[in-house]
Amino acid sequence: MALLELRNVSKIYHLGGEEIRALDDVSLDIGTGEFVSIIGPSGSGKSTLMHILGCLDTPTHGTVTLDGTEVQRASSRELAQMRNRKIGFVFQFFNLLPKLNVVQNVELPMIYAGVSGRQRREQALRALEMVELGNRLKNRPSQLSGGQQQRVAIARALVNDPKIIFADEPTGNLDTHTGEVILALFRRLSQEGRTVILVTHNPEIAAVTPRRIEIRNGKIPEKVDARLAGLDRVPAAA
Amino acid sequence: MHVWPVWTACQRPPDSLGTHAMTLWNAILVGLKEIWAHKFRSVLTMLGIVLGVSSLVTMSAMVQGMENGAREALVAVGGLEKIRVEAQPVPVEQRHLRDFATGVTLNDVYALQHSAPEITKVSPEMRFDSPPTLAAEGKTHRTWMTAGVWPIQVQLMEHVVEHGRMFTDLDNELARNVCVIGTGIRDELFGKPEDTGEPVIPIGRSLTINGYPFTIVGMFTHYESEQDRKVREVRDREKQALLASGKTNVPSGTKRDRGWGGGGNRRGNFAFWIKNNTVYVPLNTMWMKMKSGQSNAPATPKLSSMEIKMSDSGRINEALTQIRNVLMMTHRGIEDFSFRTQEDRAEEIDTYIRSARVSGGLIAGISLLVGGIGIMNIMLASISERIREIGIRKAVGAGDVAVFVQIVIESTVIAILGGLLGLVTSFGFIRLISSLTPTDNAPVVTLSSMTLAFSASVGIGVLAGLLPAFRAARMNVIQSLRYD
Repeated sequence: MALLELRNVSKIYHLGGEEIRALDDVSLDIGTGEFVSIIGPSGSGKSTLMHILGCLDTPTHGTVTLDGTEVQRASSRELAQMRNRKIGFVFQFFNLLPKLNVVQNVELPMIYAGVSGRQRREQALRALEMVELGNRLKNRPSQLSGGQQQRVAIARALVNDPKIIFADEPTGNLDTHTGEVILALFRRLSQEGRTVILVTHNPEIAAVTPRRIEIRNGKIPEKVDARLAGLDRVPAAA
Repeated sequence: MHVWPVWTACQRPPDSLGTHAMTLWNAILVGLKEIWAHKFRSVLTMLGIVLGVSSLVTMSAMVQGMENGAREALVAVGGLEKIRVEAQPVPVEQRHLRDFATGVTLNDVYALQHSAPEITKVSPEMRFDSPPTLAAEGKTHRTWMTAGVWPIQVQLMEHVVEHGRMFTDLDNELARNVCVIGTGIRDELFGKPEDTGEPVIPIGRSLTINGYPFTIVGMFTHYESEQDRKVREVRDREKQALLASGKTNVPSGTKRDRGWGGGGNRRGNFAFWIKNNTVYVPLNTMWMKMKSGQSNAPATPKLSSMEIKMSDSGRINEALTQIRNVLMMTHRGIEDFSFRTQEDRAEEIDTYIRSARVSGGLIAGISLLVGGIGIMNIMLASISERIREIGIRKAVGAGDVAVFVQIVIESTVIAILGGLLGLVTSFGFIRLISSLTPTDNAPVVTLSSMTLAFSASVGIGVLAGLLPAFRAARMNVIQSLRYD
């Protein structure tokens, strides 16, 4: 079974009586250890897809299964736990807490996981060593460069040992060189067995991933993804 | 494939209790950090709680001080077993009988002695119609508290004769010109021992009352409230310490009166002041030598009042009934007297204290409430400043409950700090108020008032945090993450 399964997922918003289908009957599988990019222009439903995949939101219709757990009916508390333990987020604008220093930022997810103080510190240090920031522990985010901030964010995403890493335009605010360093880091994570999902509008960045999921107008066109909607597993094909 | 051994090996505590404890401790730390990050704003916010708590503690300390003083004074004037019978004008409905009214007389005293078994002691009291002038050694003093009494009055009014003696029944029989004075009279006529630097005991010396010479045969002890005694003792000790240290500029000998208060003229508690300004002369002396000469003197000696002591304060109603029955007989049914029981006074004290508590508590409560509104206001401002932070926290796994708890704890931390600060401030307040307006009764800070004020501030902190916390918990993750 795939790590992430979407079956006939729709997300419908109502804006002033008008129905907006941000996602329209999307089905999708993502397996363990895959390095995937979700690509699409703005307004394509890319963000909505990421929110649903990342347990930030629940679909209007359809089922979402994450690591064997159905999440479409989960309470906000269960979603929070899911985000905490199974998913790590990396955002375009880094989203570090400016009042906390580097270590404290990385420790944040572990606080909500109930990890003890000493263990928290140990794990945070290891994660920061991993992104080569072991020497900037006491700095505030504002004292770091963009690339360094994004590496702190990656360390934070990794620290609870999640199965999936989501990166939403992770290089969007970085120069080309720094962006490449960050992408290399994601590739390494994927090689180490983690599922990494890159969300981007930039085809060049999407090109680094072995699998690309293109989304347009809330739909995933068949031609782009061969394994769409589990067609490879329908009885007729077998 | 190399998988991160540390994370895969680490065990997360499965119990949610540990998680909650961690969240709680963390939330307190976050709260303190928030407060520290906005020091000025936090202090301003706390100010409301500080003022509320300190005004509550100060108010209750002052009321407690008043109550203590009043109760002490109640005991000083004879305790609960005492009843005072005072002569009264004839009531309106009996006006037509006023020519038959006898007034309170010695006959009443004798009748009560013989016919009212609930009564143990009775003493008549005869006062001047206007305050008499006392004079000695060129100084004069006027005091209302000059009365002709029987020797038993000493027991009724809980007087203690420290120097000399009380005049005797024989002095009374013979209508001798002797008197017993309080220390207040001594201070006025013969000088204060504090000023002269040595004890002043004017036994055997004479004074005049409205021109009639009297010999002082006794002087009462100096009455003072518990607090005045403490103040005096501290002052004496300081003086002794100064003397012992060999300083030469210790003020000694006569002190010059600067003509203004200067803190030295404190009367102390009114009840004690009255007691210290007492002059007793034998009733017969009062009647025969000072009253009967007046042109409008009645044929039988009229008393101003009687002091009565009953055997048991628990049987006050029986005692009052007996006294009333006896007096209605001797007064031929004309009610030209009234009772004043100490229980009335105790009740008056209770009413007074209660209303002081209620009004003070109301003011303090309102200021606590205002403080709470201030906290709520600042917490609302704080969460709308931190929408993005809340979004990030939720994205990395903070549940609604964790966010809710964090905000409530932040507001509670503000209230707790404000409360503690308020408790400290209240002592300063009490100092300030005591030095600005020296009252007769020192404020007494009670533990219960401090506990009440502190827990009220904590409760208000929790309440003030609820609405902002609810709002923060209900924030949408996605929208909060996008918020700039």
